[in-house]
Amino acid sequence: MARFVVRRLFVMVGLMFAISLVTFLLFIVALPNGNPAALLAGRLATPAEVHLISVRYGFDKPIWIQYIRTMEHIFDGTAYSYQSGFNVLDEIRAGLPTTLSLALGAGVLWFLSSILVGTLAAIKAGRYTDRVLTVLAMTGVSMPVFFLGAILIYYVGYKLGIIPISGYVSLTQSPSLWLWHLIAPWITLSVLFIGIYSRILRSTILDTINEDFVRTARAKGLSERQVLLRHILRNSLVPIVSLWGLDLAQVIGGGAILTETVYGLHGVGYLAYQAIGRIDTVTLLSIVMLTALCVVVLGALTEIVYAFLDPRIRLQ
Amino acid sequence: MSAASSLLEVEDMRVSFATEDGLVRAVDGVSFSVAPGEVLAIVGESGCGKSVTAMTLMGLTRGPNARIAGRATLGATELLSASEGALQRIRGGAIAMVFQDPMSSLNPVYRIGRQIVEQIRVHDPTVSKKQAMAQAVELLERVGIPHAERRLQSYPHEFSGGMRQRAMIAMALSCSPRLLIADEPTTALDVTIQAQILEELRTLREQTGSGVILITHDLAVVADIADRVIVMYAGRVVEQGTLDELFYDPLHPYTWGLLGSITRVDRDTSEILPAIPGMPPSLLNPPAGCHFRPRCPHAFAKCGEVPELSARAPDAPGHLDRCWIEPEQKRKLRVVGDQIGLASPEPVIA
Repeated sequence: MARFVVRRLFVMVGLMFAISLVTFLLFIVALPNGNPAALLAGRLATPAEVHLISVRYGFDKPIWIQYIRTMEHIFDGTAYSYQSGFNVLDEIRAGLPTTLSLALGAGVLWFLSSILVGTLAAIKAGRYTDRVLTVLAMTGVSMPVFFLGAILIYYVGYKLGIIPISGYVSLTQSPSLWLWHLIAPWITLSVLFIGIYSRILRSTILDTINEDFVRTARAKGLSERQVLLRHILRNSLVPIVSLWGLDLAQVIGGGAILTETVYGLHGVGYLAYQAIGRIDTVTLLSIVMLTALCVVVLGALTEIVYAFLDPRIRLQ
Repeated sequence: MSAASSLLEVEDMRVSFATEDGLVRAVDGVSFSVAPGEVLAIVGESGCGKSVTAMTLMGLTRGPNARIAGRATLGATELLSASEGALQRIRGGAIAMVFQDPMSSLNPVYRIGRQIVEQIRVHDPTVSKKQAMAQAVELLERVGIPHAERRLQSYPHEFSGGMRQRAMIAMALSCSPRLLIADEPTTALDVTIQAQILEELRTLREQTGSGVILITHDLAVVADIADRVIVMYAGRVVEQGTLDELFYDPLHPYTWGLLGSITRVDRDTSEILPAIPGMPPSLLNPPAGCHFRPRCPHAFAKCGEVPELSARAPDAPGHLDRCWIEPEQKRKLRVVGDQIGLASPEPVIA
């Protein structure tokens, strides 16, 4: 276990370095109207002003020095957005509870729903129920978040008035209002994942059903339900568990841009949405770092869950 | 073998499956009985219906596409029409099964002990986990696994093939079955391990008096352990008798072919190992009459009709076969060289 953690830490550092470098270079090299000083100075600035800004922010230094400085600022919490002037770390901290609420709630919802839907589709494979679920899954996968979100807000929020139209109330402020505000975002974010996960689980279960040990389980005298829950389902979970870790990391790292924007949840995704709008490279770079961190940490956690689900897998 | 003393009585069992290509008659009218303490071997090539016969007894071939007919009685229970609930109590209880591939027949994610305990407790929920564990230790010791207590904590992948098959047997024995069905229990194992597993089955039969149905295509295994033998071909029983009758006085040409294709130490090594020419027929569309007719060098006009499975040799009333040829003539025809075998087809002279 200790070796696993140390190894993972090395992987994490390496991965974050690579991602930060690539993202940084993309922003510097591939950004439209490449000169960040000109961008900051505004349309009416004189060349002297642009030069002044360039010197002040260090845009005149070699790229590798710029990179090191930016990373220093991001990791010691002294990075400021050139555009808004706010401390980026503070902004992320402010958004993180909202995003975590969205991600964890939706994550649980889509994981459990996928198990239900996928299992039901598998045991009814080829029959009417399976076909209906297949169509629903495909609909879920191809339904854009902004469309589903808009529909829910208009019909359930505005017409029926059952859910709030927008906004967020923190858990500590009022648990019931927190739940009430998050139900629609959770559903909206989950639909796509339920579609994908349930399809994957269905096919894994159909593979597992033909395994010899399932026949053994029946021959032992177990009921169909026991065979399904203890022997088939347990052996079919690995693929969706690994996906779940990565997708959850994405959402926590600001990946639910559309859901957060549609529902006015001011989380990390919403911050990313604003930063993209004003080409705020420092904020974006920080958010990318957060995503990478989440992916690596949750990836390692997922592997620990793997080893628990399948003892043949050794942590290394 | 009178019906009263038998443990399992199978009468005219028929199993067919509806497939996209048509109806597959996997088992076509099979009857046999097993007495307590008896080892009945069912032999035949792959796809002759021997596994389907066994699985059907356990109710494991039931499904929307399966048609099952006939009777199979174990004590007071008719297995083929029993309810799913009744079958669940019988599976792993009165009838236990050991499968061919011990590598894949155990669930990889659970410890051996847990898998044995699961079976004990599903049949008797009053047994505590602790008691069941103690029983599992005894069972593993009985099938010759050393350090049983520690080994219960192992996962299947930490066991060798032979140990896994022993664990499977231990699991099968956990509820003292009256009938043990072993479906090719030694096929996936090394020859030395094979001998040990067979020894295990023999001791088991002697200690418990359970009946054993041994499904195999390995005649050496049959010779080692069986009391009576059934030879199946394309879903039908073609010959049935005691071990000695089958090996020393085989009456069906297919059995001659099987016996003739065994490797023997006393055979000249330069000879090519004889094989039965041709392929087993498709069960979708089997040949009319005797199913073996297309591969049989001795076929004649009468073989277009299906021969009854009956005693044809006057001196052996329990020795049944499905072949129209007169017993006396058979005893001449089956000698190839100086051993039993299936003669090569006569060269056709144009």
